[in-house]
Amino acid sequence: MATDNTARMATLGSVGAARSDARARTTRSPWMPELPASTTPTPPEGVDPAALLWAETVAPGGYTHLRVARGTRIRLEDVEGDASASVVVVNALNTGERLNIADTQKIPWQAYLGAGHPLLSGDGRVLATIVDDTSGSHDALCGASGDAWNEQKYGDATPEGPTPSGHALLRMAASKHGLTRRDLPPAASFFKGVRVADDGSLEWTGSAGAGTRVDLLAELPLIVLIANAPHPRDPRPDYIATPLRVHAWRERPTRAGDPHYDASPERERAYLNSIAYAELAGL
Amino acid sequence: MVTTTVPPRPVYAEGSPLEWSEPFVAGEIVTDDAIAPRASWSAIVPAGCVFTLVDVGGNQSGDCLIFAADDTSERYSVPDTLAWQGNAYVTTGTVLRSNLGRPLMTVVGNEIDRQDTIGGACSKESNTLRYGHHTAYQHACRENFLYEGAKWGLGARDLVSNLNWFMNVPVEADGALGIVDGMSAPGRRVACRAERDVIVVISNCPQMNNPCNDFNVTPLRAIVTRPEGEGQ
Repeated sequence: MATDNTARMATLGSVGAARSDARARTTRSPWMPELPASTTPTPPEGVDPAALLWAETVAPGGYTHLRVARGTRIRLEDVEGDASASVVVVNALNTGERLNIADTQKIPWQAYLGAGHPLLSGDGRVLATIVDDTSGSHDALCGASGDAWNEQKYGDATPEGPTPSGHALLRMAASKHGLTRRDLPPAASFFKGVRVADDGSLEWTGSAGAGTRVDLLAELPLIVLIANAPHPRDPRPDYIATPLRVHAWRERPTRAGDPHYDASPERERAYLNSIAYAELAGL
Repeated sequence: MVTTTVPPRPVYAEGSPLEWSEPFVAGEIVTDDAIAPRASWSAIVPAGCVFTLVDVGGNQSGDCLIFAADDTSERYSVPDTLAWQGNAYVTTGTVLRSNLGRPLMTVVGNEIDRQDTIGGACSKESNTLRYGHHTAYQHACRENFLYEGAKWGLGARDLVSNLNWFMNVPVEADGALGIVDGMSAPGRRVACRAERDVIVVISNCPQMNNPCNDFNVTPLRAIVTRPEGEGQ
């Protein structure tokens, strides 16, 4: 039977027609970067939109990756209450220095992330500080969901599929910076909470609800890798994630006198290490 | 003894009790090494073989990383291990999983209440945070991992959160977390069966600022056995 190609030929019959067709497709989606960032329809509260350097909404099962200067403030917002942001921060100048979750929990003597908590590298420095947190429901034990976990729970973990794992998405984000899975340490997870019972069992506390935020302040030049995928301990059988909003603007890195700077002797020494490193390197 | 001007490092207190114990499972002995105080060790543990680590002097932490021998970019993962078992502590039956969520080893024997995998390794750099910059000269587990890992082509990119055999790191109700008094004793063991060929790297912790081992660093014994019926 002959196929009628008339309509497609009208659209793609020449490069000029194809170009016109592609150009006519520009529209908006609920998950997209806004450029310039100042045009974001949802500027963060209290921030002059003109000062914004990045604005993006990350899709459910999506990822993003930012290369940020020292002193950049990054706001993550759980708009609808089911975002789940697995985050890895890496020193952009030396990618062998990256988030070390064990030190991030051990040095502040605190397993649960919250406002004022430093995200430490394995090199004794603060990579980023959680400078604001209206959620309080996070997890630094279970990391991003893994491939094998998503395969057994949902049947698939691939980034192109309907149920990508957080780790698969972080690998994609990392690859955009020439990094591989070797470069991915355990991640911090925001907006989905887990607590440890007396017997060690991990108790799900889940989301704090819609409209919460976490602000990260970059204390060194960073590559920030973010996956938005359901937490591995999420008890719901379906793959439920909602959009994650990301904004970034320039502030200044932590210095003496800031309330979190000397919240404990360990943290003060960590900031001293970061500041010395940055100044010695001329950052 | 050679005189040295290198600043003091932790030493074994001569005469303190040592119990070398025995492999956890019977079988052909593939490897049987004493890991000296402060030192690092590594070996391939073939699939089906059992790795026994003996806490010879008691409460001496054996910091441990595990890599798939055929592709070291697949390695031990704390979050995968914890998320799969739904528990923050390691004990008999815990499957030690990789960053792809796949089993690397299974804990088949454990003679203390629980084993730690949250506390991470000490390092020169983290010592400056925990104890002060006066400790920056001291050797630490991260340095042992880097030194030992280099023998397998591993470097800083390959250091991830580790296991701490014989260390006690509880998480309290408010999230307070820290290394507290140990639950181990001379001769206590942990044993893990390899689910595939793995590289096991151990740092006999050179920490000298934590009272958990009475400031007495003691040897560890690392044994690999091939149980009867397991092929070559």
